[in-house]
Amino acid sequence: MRLPLLAAVVAVAILLVAPFYFYSVTLMTIMCFVVFACSFNLLLGYSGLLCFGHAMFFGGAAYITGHLLKTTPMSLELAILCGGIFSGLLGLLIGVLSIRRQGIQFAMITLAFSQFVYFIFLQSSFTGGEDGMQAIPRNALFGLFDVSDNAVFYYVVLAVTLVCVFVYYRIVHSPYGEVLKAVRDNQPRVESLGFNPERVKLLAFVLSATMAGIAGGMKATVYQFATLTDASWPISAEVILMTLLGGLGTLTGPIFGAGIIIMLNDYLAGFGEWALISQGVILLVVIVFFRRGFVGEFDALTRYLRGRRAEAAVTKPENSVQAL
Amino acid sequence: MFDGISTQLLLGQILIGLINGSFYAMLSMGLVIIFGMMHVINFTHGAQYMLGAFCAWLLLNYLGIGYWPSLVLAPLAVALFGIFLERVLLRPLAGLDHLYSLLATYAVALIVEGLVRIKYGSTGLPYDNPIPGGVNLGFMFMPYYRLWVVAFSVVTCVGTWLLIDHTKLGAYLRAANENPQIVQTFGINVPKLMTLTYGFGVGLAGLCGVLAAPIYQVSPSMGSSLMIVVFAVVVIGGMGSIIGAVATGYMLGIVEGLTKVFYPEAASVVIFLFMTVALYLRPQGIFSGREAN
Repeated sequence: MRLPLLAAVVAVAILLVAPFYFYSVTLMTIMCFVVFACSFNLLLGYSGLLCFGHAMFFGGAAYITGHLLKTTPMSLELAILCGGIFSGLLGLLIGVLSIRRQGIQFAMITLAFSQFVYFIFLQSSFTGGEDGMQAIPRNALFGLFDVSDNAVFYYVVLAVTLVCVFVYYRIVHSPYGEVLKAVRDNQPRVESLGFNPERVKLLAFVLSATMAGIAGGMKATVYQFATLTDASWPISAEVILMTLLGGLGTLTGPIFGAGIIIMLNDYLAGFGEWALISQGVILLVVIVFFRRGFVGEFDALTRYLRGRRAEAAVTKPENSVQAL
Repeated sequence: MFDGISTQLLLGQILIGLINGSFYAMLSMGLVIIFGMMHVINFTHGAQYMLGAFCAWLLLNYLGIGYWPSLVLAPLAVALFGIFLERVLLRPLAGLDHLYSLLATYAVALIVEGLVRIKYGSTGLPYDNPIPGGVNLGFMFMPYYRLWVVAFSVVTCVGTWLLIDHTKLGAYLRAANENPQIVQTFGINVPKLMTLTYGFGVGLAGLCGVLAAPIYQVSPSMGSSLMIVVFAVVVIGGMGSIIGAVATGYMLGIVEGLTKVFYPEAASVVIFLFMTVALYLRPQGIFSGREAN
């Protein structure tokens, strides 16, 4: 059995028994943010687009999922999916407008758009404004299974998370994922090969928004409420921090990043402002000293050690196959 | 034409819009200057605006230094903080992807805002109006201080534009923006020019903070929400032109004021709505001749 596959199997096994040892709501929060951070890494890590307003997809879908569950008898999984579709469409609309402006300005534009969306939610009646949307029911899964108990619901969240992470893995390793990385590294070259980079980036934005929406819808069902905080820009910044801390453009980075930040937030919750300050400090330290992030630095270290071991052994001719 | 809406209300809101517009214009000018020279989107801008206001408040309450000296001292202090930031943080990141410098300035804003909030709390602190009284314009009562803010911001914006467009220093700046290597070979210290540019842009934000202190309350969060609106203003005007940023700033201040009269519910989103339309019709910005990259 290959090592990564083995690690994945062990991780799933741990997650299956984890609620017996840890507080399940914290675990579910972490999983929601794992999906959110994966969606963000798909965008920034693999296509180089820095979206500073990802919370609009997260918080927006939380409202849509919550509203559907409250006002219709729709089953749980469909409501979450509808939240994702709503965010995907929102992403399409905003992506079409934002991608027209090149480079780093994308961050500024998406931040402004997210504030736009935030104000709309603030003033809409269905969101409950400043009070938020309360008492979101957990409708039966597939219309059949009762999942109102957290001990059961944990496994629903786990299943959705695993599906999302698998889809994210498939996207990154698909031919489309390769084109996406190529656009990030050398856009003119990709254009000369006959691809339309704008369309490649737009698709990445829509996929990422959809996945962020599923994460948001899931969070609304975990906590059974949705608030403006979920759509506010500090959340956008938090997901950037998670992704960067875990390792930009690494497959498992967002998983570690989300876990570390959520646990840190939990720990620092009683310290008020210091939680935000420590986020700022962590972000600075990562940017200045560890730009590869947790997983990236770990990879670099193992590669370095392996390189030393290879050097110590007989020097074999390199059999790397150059890509055409 | 304006059935049901009094001229008084209309003109009053236009004037208030002009005051907000003054802040938008000065803040977005600073952002555009910094971006043009260094390709850094300065996310600390809002925090630096807030620091300007706090400096003025501290000077008054701890040293008894009044508004007028503060108008010079506080921006200088904020500019020095900016120069320090540029030297120790932005310079080492200059060769990397621009996203790192953007995120670094955001991290600094987070830390600065948090520390100020811990020390002084979230509630607003009052700052006395240095020019009390006002003039009755017939349709409304206009406080002198607000007139002063509008006049002062117009002078600052025009002055900055003249400095950059009509002096030798400005010519160096523009040249270094186009092609830093060549300017360097002419014996001009481009890194120092960059440091000064950042200090200047940040100082402008500090100046705005001092101007804002008597109008709005001095509070740790006064900058962060304003900054996002200013970002939208900069996006609408385009990143390439100082005059564009200034004109867009005043224009959108007035548009926002007018929206408060005709459709108050939309006042908080009208600038974003404008941005949406502008991005659709003129993706490069309404005042930019070419794609500002």
